Amino acid sequence: MTGRKKWISLGVLALLIALLPLFFPSGYYYRVGALIFVNALSVVGLVILIGYAGQISLGHAGFAGIGAYACALAPEHLGLHPALALVLGAVISGVMAALIGKPILRLKGYYLAVATLGFGILVSMVLTNERALTGGPDGMNVADLGLRDLLRDLGWRLSGGEFWYMICGVVLLVGAWLALNLFDSPSGRAMRALHGSEVAAATVGVDVPRQKLRAFVISAVYASVAGSLLALQNGYITPDVAGFMHSVEMVTMAVLGGVGSVLGATFGAAILTLLPQVLTVFAEYEQLVLGLVMVLVMIFLPQGLLPSIARRLKGRDE
Amino acid sequence: MDALLQFLFSGLTVGAVYALVALGFTIIYNASDVVNFAQGEFVMLGGMITVFAFEAGLPLPLAALLAILVTSAIGVALNKLAIEPARGAPVVSLIIITIGASIVIRGATQLVFDKQLHRFPSFSGDDPIHVLGATILPQSLWVIGGALAVFVGLWIFFTRTLTGKAVLATANNRVAAQLVGINTGWVMTLSFGLSAAIGAFAGVLVTPITLVGYDVGVALALKGFAAAMLGGMGNPKGALVGGLLLGCFEALTAGYLSSQYKEAVAFIVILGVLFVMPQGLFGRKSTERV
Amino acid sequence: MSLLDVQGLGISFGGLKAVDDVSFKVAPGEIVSVIGPNGAGKTTLFNMISGVYQPGRGSVTLNGTEVTGIAPNRLAEMGLSRTFQNLQIFQEMTVLDNVLAGYHLSERGSVWADLLSLPAMRRRAAQARAGARKLLERVRLDKAAEQIAGNLSYGALKRLEIARALALNPKILLLDEPAAGCNAVETEEIDHLIAELAASGIAILLVEHDMKLVMRISNHIVVLDHGEKIAEGDPATVSRDPAVIAAYLGTEEEEPAHADG
Repeated sequence: MTGRKKWISLGVLALLIALLPLFFPSGYYYRVGALIFVNALSVVGLVILIGYAGQISLGHAGFAGIGAYACALAPEHLGLHPALALVLGAVISGVMAALIGKPILRLKGYYLAVATLGFGILVSMVLTNERALTGGPDGMNVADLGLRDLLRDLGWRLSGGEFWYMICGVVLLVGAWLALNLFDSPSGRAMRALHGSEVAAATVGVDVPRQKLRAFVISAVYASVAGSLLALQNGYITPDVAGFMHSVEMVTMAVLGGVGSVLGATFGAAILTLLPQVLTVFAEYEQLVLGLVMVLVMIFLPQGLLPSIARRLKGRDE
Repeated sequence: MDALLQFLFSGLTVGAVYALVALGFTIIYNASDVVNFAQGEFVMLGGMITVFAFEAGLPLPLAALLAILVTSAIGVALNKLAIEPARGAPVVSLIIITIGASIVIRGATQLVFDKQLHRFPSFSGDDPIHVLGATILPQSLWVIGGALAVFVGLWIFFTRTLTGKAVLATANNRVAAQLVGINTGWVMTLSFGLSAAIGAFAGVLVTPITLVGYDVGVALALKGFAAAMLGGMGNPKGALVGGLLLGCFEALTAGYLSSQYKEAVAFIVILGVLFVMPQGLFGRKSTERV
Repeated sequence: MSLLDVQGLGISFGGLKAVDDVSFKVAPGEIVSVIGPNGAGKTTLFNMISGVYQPGRGSVTLNGTEVTGIAPNRLAEMGLSRTFQNLQIFQEMTVLDNVLAGYHLSERGSVWADLLSLPAMRRRAAQARAGARKLLERVRLDKAAEQIAGNLSYGALKRLEIARALALNPKILLLDEPAAGCNAVETEEIDHLIAELAASGIAILLVEHDMKLVMRISNHIVVLDHGEKIAEGDPATVSRDPAVIAAYLGTEEEEPAHADG
């Protein structure tokens, strides 16, 4: 991806974020948009792990859970401002990722997938079982960020939906920018190289375990920040945020959109976030449809929807 | 001492189910190198279909047989519709496909049946049997006995019959098996059908004790996988030992440590095995050729 | 002083001794070829020297430092580079990016510089890119720079691997069957390239089956059979060695009875 492609991707994304509200029939859609951006953020992190470095994680929701509950617990028990709690959550997630990543990333394929799965479920279990601290399966309240009130005092009145749409959109743009920078950088190339051939990458001097760990930690931080934003915008959080299904959704969004690209991540996130919205009428069919989407896309469009569409538009191979 | 024995009895019971799920994983993994995350759903279907067939008026043995056959057919369909078309796809894709398939089965089940928990009567009553100061349910004996029967039966099948050996040959080297005239497509069908039938059988045996609901499959799949890994992925003997061991670890944890975290045992086992001996108890190490 | 010093190197897989007690030296600017029938253990030997396998016995010394069994990326830092018999190209990356990957050691910096696209990182990347383009010119792949590597022909990919290996600015280059699957023209290009590299002071360790190439360019030849060294010397000596001839062609007693009986 050359510098030009990077700026085009970011430009398209920024344009989408800025112009989409013009099509909103009601204020409710701001909330949906914010949710899409939050999901897209965690998926961009997975693109780095799965698309760049070629690894897999079925437990990344665990990091989202850490980020979310950091924002729920730290203000209450440590007196931290929610914004600082978000940073704390990211730091904790990063450290946890570094600690468990080191042994786990020696594994490959199914073994790596199940090890990460185990991690995610253990986090989710702790969050569910430690009722006294976390409120158990019913969840707990999350303190307000206070930023919206600050902006109002400065003369800028925003509804809750508009505020979070903007914040999540900006954070997504920053996250996308960082990920795109990474792609064409020495680290990014090293990750993509080890994806292509671990042996050859090592032979040209890449410290393979280190770069894998780097991708893992970075993607964990993305998931954590996304989890924090989710908790803050809803004012409430339950252990489902760290659950297995959430991890599966994250990976599906990544693969749906085309696991190599940041724009694709947003696309995949949009589709899978909108699906339940569209299906609220048919809530019972939600699982069935989700499962079918996963199976059919992976069989017929294994590159993901976005790259396949792009290829079709360009006409076969150059 | 009595408490210990009690825990072991319940551990062996649930462990027998894990062993059967692990066996299902093993058969499919050996035939196709795919880890079928939908394995747990076969157990769920075995229980669910039996429940509704029984409540519709069929005698229990017939309802159970129907459940096993239908689930077996679903297993074959899973292979034909979802796995075969994705032959040679990268691991990430296959993982998502089988997880997606399990979600489809779950989603369909909650539509066709419902979201409640169900059971049917135990095979030989519910009066606990007293053994060495502890009690065991008759149904538990059915579960453990049934599991052992399956393992023994399959051992005979794989080592003594021609068809069984053909399956092993395909598992070992697909192309070579094709070259000596083995119909490998049929072997895959057999493997999936057999795996699903075994899972369904487990569901039939254990539902009177644990009840069945549309979403019991996930936890079973994960624990069955943990058991298969503990025993050594791809090794049937390992599936049996791994399953029983895991069941006992879980029961002992619930009894002596914390019943809340007994679910965590399977995952701690997975992580432990992966770090300490990734090939499992009975697996073999291999090197990569460059 | 020799650049690479291999002493008594050996490894077993299961009960099979794939390589046993192999020793030889390579000096800067020298071209040493390792030959032998299929299955003789040549690639296994390469894999041990380049850190892909852990040797079971023996030692490898690079530039005076013992490097037996250390990780390939550390060997790369010390100036050892290699190509692979069954190509290990980064299929999904462009041709240019493949060679750029070879510049990893010279362009890497802090991960923050990478995430934030800091000027220091961009400067190093630009330098690497310039160097990569020159290397692509050298192996005549400059026109294909933006193509996805997976789409190239086999011969082109072999040249790409060499370009990537050269990006490390190595002191010693291990080439595993560089001419395999190449036609006469391509083989001659590789011949010239190897000679150029050796002339510039790089030590070359070569595994090859093309005997004409081997005899033409080697300063020194090591012959392996069933994992053991059976002969060593300059091309003229080795080509006359009865043990070598036996290994490749079989001995007289093994010849079937002739057609007059």
